[in-house]
Amino acid sequence: MQTTFIILILLLGFLITFQIAKASEYVSVMRGEEKSRKQTNKINAFLLLVFLVLGLIGVYYCNEKYGGKILQFGSAASDHGHDVDNMLKITIVITGIVFVITQIILFWFAYKYQESDNRKAYFYPHNNKLEVLWTAVPAIVLTVMVGFGLYYWFRITGEAPANAMQVEITGSQFKWEFRYPGKDKVLGKKYFKAIKEDENNPLGQLWEDSTNKDDIYATGEDLHLVVNKPVRLIINAKDVIHDVGLSHFRLKMDAVPGTPTTMWFTPTKTTAQMKKELDDPDFVYEISCDQMCGAGHYKMRGTIVVESQEEFDFWMAKQKPKFYLAHPEKDPEAMKAKADSSNTNAAVVPQKK
Amino acid sequence: MHGHAEVITHHDVHHDEHHVHHHKETFITKYIFSQDHKTIGKQFLITGIVWAIIGGLFSVLFRLQLGFPEQTFPILETFFGRWAAGGVIQPEFYYALVTIHGTVLVFFVLTAGLSGTFANLLIPLQIGARDMASPFLNMLSYWFFFIASVIMFSSLFVHTGPASGGWTVYPPLSALHQASKGSQIGMDLWLVSMAMFIVSSLLGGLNYIATILNMRTKGMSMTRMPLTMWAILFTAVLGVLSFPVLLSGAILLLFDRNLGTSFYLSDIYVAGQILPNEGGSAILFQHLFWFLGHPEVYIILLPAMGMVSEILSVNSRKPIFGYMAMVGSLFAITILAFLVWAHHMFVTGLNPFLGAFFVLLTLLIAVPSAIKVFNWLTTLWRGNIRFTPGMLFAIGFVSLFISGGLTGLFLGNSTIDIHLHDTKFVVAHFHIVMGVASMFGMHAGIYHWFPKMFGRYLNHTLGYIHFWITMVGAYLIFWPMHYEGLAGVPRRYLDLRDWHAFNKFDDLNKMITVVSIIVFAAQLMFVFNFFYSIFKGRKVRTQNPWGSNTLEWTTPINPGHGNWPGEIPEVHRWAYDYGKDGREFIPQTEPVGPNESTDH
Repeated sequence: MQTTFIILILLLGFLITFQIAKASEYVSVMRGEEKSRKQTNKINAFLLLVFLVLGLIGVYYCNEKYGGKILQFGSAASDHGHDVDNMLKITIVITGIVFVITQIILFWFAYKYQESDNRKAYFYPHNNKLEVLWTAVPAIVLTVMVGFGLYYWFRITGEAPANAMQVEITGSQFKWEFRYPGKDKVLGKKYFKAIKEDENNPLGQLWEDSTNKDDIYATGEDLHLVVNKPVRLIINAKDVIHDVGLSHFRLKMDAVPGTPTTMWFTPTKTTAQMKKELDDPDFVYEISCDQMCGAGHYKMRGTIVVESQEEFDFWMAKQKPKFYLAHPEKDPEAMKAKADSSNTNAAVVPQKK
Repeated sequence: MHGHAEVITHHDVHHDEHHVHHHKETFITKYIFSQDHKTIGKQFLITGIVWAIIGGLFSVLFRLQLGFPEQTFPILETFFGRWAAGGVIQPEFYYALVTIHGTVLVFFVLTAGLSGTFANLLIPLQIGARDMASPFLNMLSYWFFFIASVIMFSSLFVHTGPASGGWTVYPPLSALHQASKGSQIGMDLWLVSMAMFIVSSLLGGLNYIATILNMRTKGMSMTRMPLTMWAILFTAVLGVLSFPVLLSGAILLLFDRNLGTSFYLSDIYVAGQILPNEGGSAILFQHLFWFLGHPEVYIILLPAMGMVSEILSVNSRKPIFGYMAMVGSLFAITILAFLVWAHHMFVTGLNPFLGAFFVLLTLLIAVPSAIKVFNWLTTLWRGNIRFTPGMLFAIGFVSLFISGGLTGLFLGNSTIDIHLHDTKFVVAHFHIVMGVASMFGMHAGIYHWFPKMFGRYLNHTLGYIHFWITMVGAYLIFWPMHYEGLAGVPRRYLDLRDWHAFNKFDDLNKMITVVSIIVFAAQLMFVFNFFYSIFKGRKVRTQNPWGSNTLEWTTPINPGHGNWPGEIPEVHRWAYDYGKDGREFIPQTEPVGPNESTDH
């Protein structure tokens, strides 16, 4: 009903506009086309000036209204985020100046040099000096921007420090899975043809690789990171291309099936710190999928908790390696429990599944 | 030059034959399977308009979802059934709308509708030729486009819906039937349609190049051509060299989808199934796609730039400032367009060192772009400006090109792109600089050359209303969207309510939706004006209504096939002698006077 109403109103507005437009043509013929054309010219010139003024006010207003919503702009939650914010600031200042000047010139010229009987257009086909000037100046300004950009780019994409912790993150329709390397700090080998979800092996870990035995797996819960400790993400995808988007940290990297990618950064603020800083008890770091991946793309959400080393160690101590979930018979705790209850030596004998 | 004369004579003969057989021209040969470049141009334009309405309507539908995710629209269920079950746009439907909106606007409207219309209409008229080098190929070019259109349109009605992986159709999503509904038959139709479209584009492009290089009238040296011709020439070169790469990419994708090859597929576990494919690279497709995809944005932009240069100059009553620099910057953009494709791929795991080159080359494009902008501004300076609707759209183009060009400096710089990649910032950027700006160029062209096409004027009052709503609307829609992108809001998200970081823009998204409905209504009004004016518009009574120098205005008001009833006029000067020696304008056909100043 409401929709029909809106459509009817649009239609009516449309008809009225059309009638006015048609009438205006007759009026202009009656009043003399040249005269009415000159009047329309004046109106449009004036409107262009109005558009410029209102537009610049609108730009300012928009910045006031939405500038604050840019996720703590200028105080990103990672070291690399600061680099990105700095580059953004440099670019905003430079492009902002160019934007304001050129738009003012454009609309001001349009207004000022509107048709007038007293002026003749000035024949001015070229001026080499001017053209060299506005080739050289943009080239110099752009060199500055490229210089800063590449300086930051190589800092961000450089090698991760040796003490960086490694975490593997795997995207699939439409969830994120995490794998921590465990005590040996090495992620075990995996192969996609070994994936067996019903046998507790969603990533295709190769159990014959002994470095796999202490790897911790998690999905559907927070990704745990340690504050001020560099982390290197190893990024995978199982089915289609996804993208690990970390807007609070200003980072992003595609997850491509068949081609692992990496990125590293150092989170600089704990989740608790952010809650306090923003006065928002619900604050949470989010992982968004930033590469179109199918019908559930828009809700492919993960969360991150950044915490102190102690909190992280405390959490880690509670985790059980996936190996033992896949092979409960080899779990020392389960064996211990079993040995305690049955009091036999059976558990020492290797069992075949 | 001898070759010229021959071609022309040959065409004169051809033309005379036509006159003899004129009475045999039937409705079908005149309006359907026509070989007259002007009719073919109109066919491209009208097909483009139909697609623009469909694409625009789709954008309104998905904007409804984005602006009002909590509301239901029962009327949608009436029309779209299970795709909008309960009056809510379903995710698959949303993604299909987004994908088809992007595809048809980029390819069918702003490539075929823009280049196809104005290259066909203007090339023979502005260089002084009877028709295209090969009118028959030209006709085929339109009909391949028509077939592509029919296939794409039919994909809207298949059971599993049209392609829905985004207009960039990245595999594996687009390659795996299991991955999404839109990756089933709809995707095959999409690929076949694009293959047909590319054939159309190549036939057209080769024809444009051959015609411009070989069939200029006597005296029309390359440097006397209007800038529209230069722009169309470079556009055609871009298309001819880059579209085949997309064609190969699309064919390999068809193989991966249907023949079990592994060009793009490796290590895939999808829907509980381990696929046998190994050794392919999903990133390979992105290289092939963007090797066309980036030149494509210039294929869309350059003709608009050319027409805007022409219209700004004519209506300022001044020569275009720095003609040679304008040609040079078009050339520079054409070359650079081939060397920047990987700036779409900074976060795919691209080698950072390689990335650095693409940053440099990408930002380099800003130099020729800046030259063009400053030259347009200087063209306005001390002019005597008439604000026809075409002129207003041309000024709007310059404004939008500045705004969208500057945001390109954010995205082209890989450091910032890490944060902004695939966010609403990208959507805002390319809609302003490529989408809306080119659309403004196209509108400018339509208002300016409508009198040549149909011998009547568009209603100017409706034109002014159309311009102002579109201009204000474009900025209202896309300017604030940058802020969403800066906050990290990803594109192609149809509901932000569950996201802590992104759910702060409710009011903004509502405003954008309302404005986009109004802007869409204004476009419908334009379409109405267009068709109404073809039959009932004010008649053109002078041969040269804008006081223009170029050759198309030396033809009769309603030129027949062959364009000039007698000899093709000879050209004696460049196209921009406006305001020279105190004269308002001096047509290209006027010989240089003995006392004329030699500036230029």
